[in-house]
Amino acid sequence: MPRYVMVIDQSRCIGCMACVAACKRENNVPMEHFRTRVVEMVRGEFPQLRTEMRSELCNHCDHAPCVSICPTGASHKQKDGTVQINRKKCVGCKACIAACPYDVRYIHPEHGWADKCSFCQHRLKEGKEPACVATCIGRSRMFGDLDDPNSEVSHLLRENSWRVLKPEVGTQPHVYYINQFPRKS
Amino acid sequence: MAFSRRNFLKYAAMSAGGAAIVDTPFFSARARAEAEGGTARYVPTSCEMCFWKCGVIAKVQKNKDGVDEVVKLEGNPLHPQSLGKLCARGQAGIGQLYDPDRLKRPMIRTGERGDGKYKEVSWEEALSYTAENLKKIIEKHGPHSIAMFSHGSPGDYFTNLLSALGSGNISFPSFSQCKGIRDATWELTFGHKPATSCERVDMRNSRVIVLFGTHLGENMHNSQNQEFSQAVGNGAKIICVDPRYSTAASKASMWLPIKPGTDTALLLTWINILISEDLYDKAYIEQYATGFDQLKEAVKEYTPEWCAKETDLPEANIVEAARELGRYAPSVMIHPGRHVSWYGNDTQRVRAMAIINALLGSWGRKGGLYLPPKGKFPSYNDGAPEYPIPDEDPVIKGNYPFAGGEGLTQVVRDVTITSDPYPIKAWIIAGTDLLKALPAPARTREAISKLDFMIAVDIMPAETVMMADVILPECTYLERHDGLFKIETRESGVSLRQPAIEPMYDTKPAWWIASELCKKMGLDDYAVKDSWEERMKRQAKAWNVSWETLADKGYVSIPDSAAPYITPENQPVFKTPSGKIELYSSKLEEKHFDPIPKYEPTEQPGEGMYRLVYGRSPVHTFSRTINTPFLWELMKENELWLNKKEADRLGVKHGQRVRLENQDKVVSAPMLVKATERIRRDCVYMVHGFGHNSPRLSKAHHSGVDDQELITHYKVDPICGGTGMRVNFVKIIKEA
Repeated sequence: MPRYVMVIDQSRCIGCMACVAACKRENNVPMEHFRTRVVEMVRGEFPQLRTEMRSELCNHCDHAPCVSICPTGASHKQKDGTVQINRKKCVGCKACIAACPYDVRYIHPEHGWADKCSFCQHRLKEGKEPACVATCIGRSRMFGDLDDPNSEVSHLLRENSWRVLKPEVGTQPHVYYINQFPRKS
Repeated sequence: MAFSRRNFLKYAAMSAGGAAIVDTPFFSARARAEAEGGTARYVPTSCEMCFWKCGVIAKVQKNKDGVDEVVKLEGNPLHPQSLGKLCARGQAGIGQLYDPDRLKRPMIRTGERGDGKYKEVSWEEALSYTAENLKKIIEKHGPHSIAMFSHGSPGDYFTNLLSALGSGNISFPSFSQCKGIRDATWELTFGHKPATSCERVDMRNSRVIVLFGTHLGENMHNSQNQEFSQAVGNGAKIICVDPRYSTAASKASMWLPIKPGTDTALLLTWINILISEDLYDKAYIEQYATGFDQLKEAVKEYTPEWCAKETDLPEANIVEAARELGRYAPSVMIHPGRHVSWYGNDTQRVRAMAIINALLGSWGRKGGLYLPPKGKFPSYNDGAPEYPIPDEDPVIKGNYPFAGGEGLTQVVRDVTITSDPYPIKAWIIAGTDLLKALPAPARTREAISKLDFMIAVDIMPAETVMMADVILPECTYLERHDGLFKIETRESGVSLRQPAIEPMYDTKPAWWIASELCKKMGLDDYAVKDSWEERMKRQAKAWNVSWETLADKGYVSIPDSAAPYITPENQPVFKTPSGKIELYSSKLEEKHFDPIPKYEPTEQPGEGMYRLVYGRSPVHTFSRTINTPFLWELMKENELWLNKKEADRLGVKHGQRVRLENQDKVVSAPMLVKATERIRRDCVYMVHGFGHNSPRLSKAHHSGVDDQELITHYKVDPICGGTGMRVNFVKIIKEA
């Protein structure tokens, strides 16, 4: 069984939003809702500035608060490492939205179920990468199987120092970040 | 297909940028559809959400009513402009296709010009009405009194119509409002433009990339941005010269927040440093260039100390940047940029950029600018006769000796207002919103008021379109044939546009509209013989390209056409009078312009005023896409970038709305303030293209502010005729 992870090289993100658009189209995400976003954070004072470009999405945590809080078992962790929502079981109680430390879930305005990034589960089944990864102009988003020591993501995580978002909450995310800032060499 | 490491690696190799030429990934529309059991059709075609001509694959499925629907757009992995990826706009093409605000039927104006009152008519009526009016004007004033403005693929078809009629008054904003000066200036220097289908910048192999205002990332040209990110990943040094801390600047090892208008001072100083510190490529200059001694002499006065004062940059950084360029030459470049019509003396700035590239030996060298590909395609006119010689000389070049063939839009506009040297009485505008594209929109309105007849061919009811007397609705790029397109990147190739679905509503492809007008005007020999598809097939045959392969794959490369670098066997050809790179331009001298660039100071803002600077967003193409649902959602309005300390000084808060008033007392609509450290204190910035006035654009209407309404003043470059538009100053009015 694979263990899917995403590795995001922040230095290569050019903030073009192609990932956001791809996600919206691929998954028919309703208007004004997003399963992923690109956050731009600037630090410093003119002219000594640096910018962090950060793609954010569901972290598919190993210790997912959305899963443990879900009263119906709709939010669940799969063996492939992804967190998915069984829409039939979801009652739209929003507990997961409150529990998620990453603010990446929403209630679908038409159907009433909780919704979020699935790592494009339907594409994975067809042997394709998630849509955001496939279209990432900067090759900032990379995806693969961490259980395969030869996968690109395994190489990247071995060769780079990485971090996850909010490690203090102990969620053990499956989204890893490398090169927070571009090299200034 | 199993989800295996091998597939990932294959993908990785492919998207490493340009590797597509060596290791071509497989794509076949037929094979993909078959593999999926025929549940969907795949149509390889070309995007027109901007003008980069990315290869796109449209996935088409029947909807519940059994009607074909485009459900997904992806980048064509074979196509060098997309390399398997699409930007946000490319993916949002479906939104444009299904935008309920589209022009749906031909319309004839019934009210006053500009009041938006129209009646819907049949194509027969619209075309007959158009032809009658054009005939009347031609009878009275001659064919030269009909002018055309265009952008994008409709241009070719209406150029054919105008040329057949005998008018040469054809102009495109892509020259005077955008990249014309760049192309003309590099031709003066190297005898070639720096771009074919894309800027020929070998960024993936570069060690140092210098950007002058070129805000890659925000200026979203697909393959070029892929390669820029690759360069960043490779550890290339990015030196970003920009008054604003752009996305590209955030990737830079050195950001030079230059005082706007002083770029030429920096460039000439760099030339001085490169020469005086012996950092230039001597052998290259000796072999390929002329005018070095004059150049050396002319730049002596531009010292780093002087430059620091003039540009407001630290002297140490000025010197360090030049030394970095010298150290890594020739795998370095000053990126030639695209929109270069800034201050009205832009030819000389661009000349200085070209000259530095020459001194560093980057033209034709790995990591610099690669050479144009081999494999030329003969021009193809499908057996149409020669065009008649226009009855009067076109006015499109004005009195600007180095204006290019794309023409000067503002000159055509001026002539329309003044009737000097002759009246221009009809405009055809095809695919361009002139009120947004040209500076001083009041003059555009004035010119339109002088017209006897105005025709608009477009897909969206933008303000300019809604001033026309007849509106001929074009279908979108997903509903029509266009091409064939020559794609010249590192290699030569051919691509096409073919419909994913039949045209919606009562819309037609531009080729059909122009061809039918040819027939109505009695110019049957210039009309399309059968269909554009059949014509494309004949053209493919003439170019020795398999139509079947092209239609199935969307792109066909010409083998062995890439010859990017100078080698003993692959010597560069410079099409200049001397046959060399002209550091000293004999052509400029001949026309009494400075043969070597000189620095001319630019007017700076007065007390309480800020220079208005504008640029691009990666999710919009000028004003064209603001109403596109999926893109409007990503960026609904533009913000005013204002330096944080200036905002504090003025008592303006981030997120507050303010108005701008320019030097001519034009006041903007209220706009959101982005108080930021990311811009100098002497200028403000906004993304171009917002503030639509057309109420028929339900989403874009009055969303954000139109920079062009504040650009009442423009300064024309005396050499090439480009309209410098960064010469307007605004003050901030707090009471929105």
